[in-house]
Amino acid sequence: MTSFTDSLTGWFNGLTWLPDMSPAIVAVFVAGILALAVFTFMSLNALVAVYFERKVSAFMQDRLGPMEVGIFGFRGGKKFWGGIGQTLADAIKLLGKEDTIPADADRPLFILGPFILFGAAFTAFIGLPIGWGMVISDFNIGVFFITAITSVGVIGIILSGWASNNKWSLYGAMRSAAQIISYELPLGMSLLLVVMVAGSLQFSDIVQWQEDNRWFIIHSPFTVVAFMIFLVSGVAEANRTPFDLPEAESELVAGYMTEYSGFRWSLFFLSEYASMVIISLMTAIVFLGAWLSPVAGILRMFGVPEGWYYLSGPLWGLFWLMGKVAFLIFTMMWFRWTFPRLRPDQLMYTAWKVFLPFALANIFFVGLWELLLA
Amino acid sequence: MTATDSKSSNFGVVETEEMVLNMGPQHPSTHGVLRLKIRTDGEIVTHIEPHLGYLHRCFEKHCENLSYEQVIPFTDRCDYLASMANNHIYALGVEQMMGLEVPDRVEYIRIIMVELQRIASHLMGVGTFGLDVGGITPFTYCFRDRERVLDLFEYTCGARLLYNYIWIGGLSHDLPENFVQYANEFLDYFEPKIDEYNRILTYNKIFIERTGDVGVLPADVAISYGCTGPVLRGSGVSWDLRKNEPYSIYDRFEFDTVLGTGEMGTLGDCWDRYFVRIQEMRESIKIVRQALAQLPEGDVFEALPKKVRPPEGSIYFRGESPRGELGYFIVSDGKNVPYRVKMRSPAFCNLSVINEIGAGWMISDIVTILGSLDIVLGEIDR
Amino acid sequence: MDLQSIVKSVRGAQPEALVADAAQEEHLELTPDRWREVARHLIDDADLQFDALMCLSGYDEGPEGSLAVIYHLFSMQHKHKLEVRIKVPRDGGSLPSVADIWRTADWHEREAYDLFGMTFEGHPDLRRILLPDDWEGHPLKKDYLTPDYYRGIPVPKDKRGWE
Repeated sequence: MTSFTDSLTGWFNGLTWLPDMSPAIVAVFVAGILALAVFTFMSLNALVAVYFERKVSAFMQDRLGPMEVGIFGFRGGKKFWGGIGQTLADAIKLLGKEDTIPADADRPLFILGPFILFGAAFTAFIGLPIGWGMVISDFNIGVFFITAITSVGVIGIILSGWASNNKWSLYGAMRSAAQIISYELPLGMSLLLVVMVAGSLQFSDIVQWQEDNRWFIIHSPFTVVAFMIFLVSGVAEANRTPFDLPEAESELVAGYMTEYSGFRWSLFFLSEYASMVIISLMTAIVFLGAWLSPVAGILRMFGVPEGWYYLSGPLWGLFWLMGKVAFLIFTMMWFRWTFPRLRPDQLMYTAWKVFLPFALANIFFVGLWELLLA
Repeated sequence: MTATDSKSSNFGVVETEEMVLNMGPQHPSTHGVLRLKIRTDGEIVTHIEPHLGYLHRCFEKHCENLSYEQVIPFTDRCDYLASMANNHIYALGVEQMMGLEVPDRVEYIRIIMVELQRIASHLMGVGTFGLDVGGITPFTYCFRDRERVLDLFEYTCGARLLYNYIWIGGLSHDLPENFVQYANEFLDYFEPKIDEYNRILTYNKIFIERTGDVGVLPADVAISYGCTGPVLRGSGVSWDLRKNEPYSIYDRFEFDTVLGTGEMGTLGDCWDRYFVRIQEMRESIKIVRQALAQLPEGDVFEALPKKVRPPEGSIYFRGESPRGELGYFIVSDGKNVPYRVKMRSPAFCNLSVINEIGAGWMISDIVTILGSLDIVLGEIDR
Repeated sequence: MDLQSIVKSVRGAQPEALVADAAQEEHLELTPDRWREVARHLIDDADLQFDALMCLSGYDEGPEGSLAVIYHLFSMQHKHKLEVRIKVPRDGGSLPSVADIWRTADWHEREAYDLFGMTFEGHPDLRRILLPDDWEGHPLKKDYLTPDYYRGIPVPKDKRGWE
């Protein structure tokens, strides 16, 4: 499978009017352009997702949400796009805020913390495809890379919680550490099962397997369980309600980000929404057939010939994948605005005593299933 | 460093000590400006020491300088979520001192207002409890419906929160046109909404896990600490002043005392206290419906006294406010200014039990327990 | 149980606790020194069982009189009420604490101490509760003078508009 890196490098090398450049310089150019693209994507994602979340929560709660600030010719009102300029205005306000660092804080760590968290979310996008061939780098250990890099973020949380010199922040940080360890395991176990069946750690291989056979969610009863464990653990990984213990507003004020403001706080914000996208992308790619069109799948089931599948192809793939991601993000928002929050010990209980045994048993049974039926 | 050195040092022995945590005065779920000084061992809370007084507005000192009528707006500001009940009980106390009879219509209107206020106050209690546990949507649902009650109050007396409506010997305004119809429309609208709260919050598995068995308050402890209202009834003690010591005209209405059952855990846990409030809203609806149906005609201003000068003496009058037993100890020396007014606030006593039932639970549970006690700081600090 | 029989019962248990012939009044007046024993009797006696302390109020008779603490008791079992008054001297007056008998008294005694200044002996944690810890004087005493300044902040005494 091609990747953005390959095609961009090829494009650079093909530009004959450019002076000769060493491959290293080209690589730096390419990396710079792609980093900028990822950053833009993350910022845009936060803008859109925040507006989406505010509107979705508002409609779930019998409210209207933002409805005053219109932009691009949209006027304020009760419609869905009524306050579409609101998040942009908020973002500008946020960046204009005074940046405070508490006098007793550990300055270097306090500054470093949000960047580590942001860096982790940022780096994860390297390995995540958003369509056929639309990936920065298609690792052969993509699944492993993502799980590894997303758990780095917790270091940033712990650092910022510790460095804030605030007891509430410390509680948030400690809860976060405990939570991530608890939920990484069932998450990884559920992924392992897919890797076992597909026989590869590469995302493109996993999707290819799904194209050749069927989506993982309907592959066997055990993969359905794995999907559920993965989704719930993913919600926990993204620190969303009902697992938002590290920032539990009513208990810990704002958890590890209590002392942050302005741009540093917006980094936390960006990474939170980015991690939502990462988790949703992972779920969609691994379990929901990534960029495969559900329509094509249904048509194939009824034996319709290949030439009739108008709704597949690279751009359609982007559409389908983003659609699935949007649906999963909506589900996460739905969770958040419906459920109360769990207590730390109940969260540990769920992770260690329910999810982990189920995930382990799942691996065993899927192994049996594959041996006997495949 | 030699081997003996490393052995003699405490390397490898983990020493722990308790951490003191200040919860409040600025904290999202202390329901006002309460400060809880918490000693914690990890996340486990070992001791809670409430510090009050951040909202102290010298209610009792003010009363020494105000005439009896002028005290009423000050009672509004004590429990600002149940102002009608505060007005009502204070007015009843002074009326009893003066031996004043009020017309039937006034009594009925008072009951309607106080019970609507109870619905509004319980909605607030239920909603913020949901918020404490982490559910934001129930809170907005509760506010949506509370708004309708406040609209009714605004329609009646022009104020939404601090009414100064129930006066000594009467009311500030008669009911406006079509009030009975609007109130009935509200009740018809509101009654099915209670099921909605039950669906989204009461029977939610996570909610039950968070509140069932948590913060169990045994009946004898509750009585000893002076807990009253839904907190006491949640512990299974059938004690409702409206029923057991009927004041005003509560003996004319059919309603039940709602008790905690321990349905989702132990009797007297947070879930019981919460559910008592939910069910009490239904009972209040019943009372308001009956009162609206029986509402007599008459002049609400005819018994308003020209001068409020109760004879020398003292009275301790208590009634059931949404938070429990609200009492006024009023001493008169025959002047138009009370000699001493002491307010026995229900939330003050309810809060004092927090260390007893909160110690040993986690920080998250302290928030839950505090929410289940449904305190109002305006009333605690007075 | 009416007041007469309550008085009789208390007199039988603690004869010297009663002040004067209290049976004529609406309330029971006790001396401070025997109060704990009487309180024990009130809560433990099978016919009395005053298990709930409804209210505890401080009271000031005026600049010449003495301070008082007024207890309103109630029995959940027998549904009867009792008002107990205990007078203490104006300056340095003290009376025994009943915070361990009725836990309601704990905070209410702190409040009475805060606002009136009588001390409760044996109270586990007698501090100010409503006012700041460094407040001077006890504001509900009738001879209390509002200070001009609190920590350098002028205290407004403007009564225009409501006097």
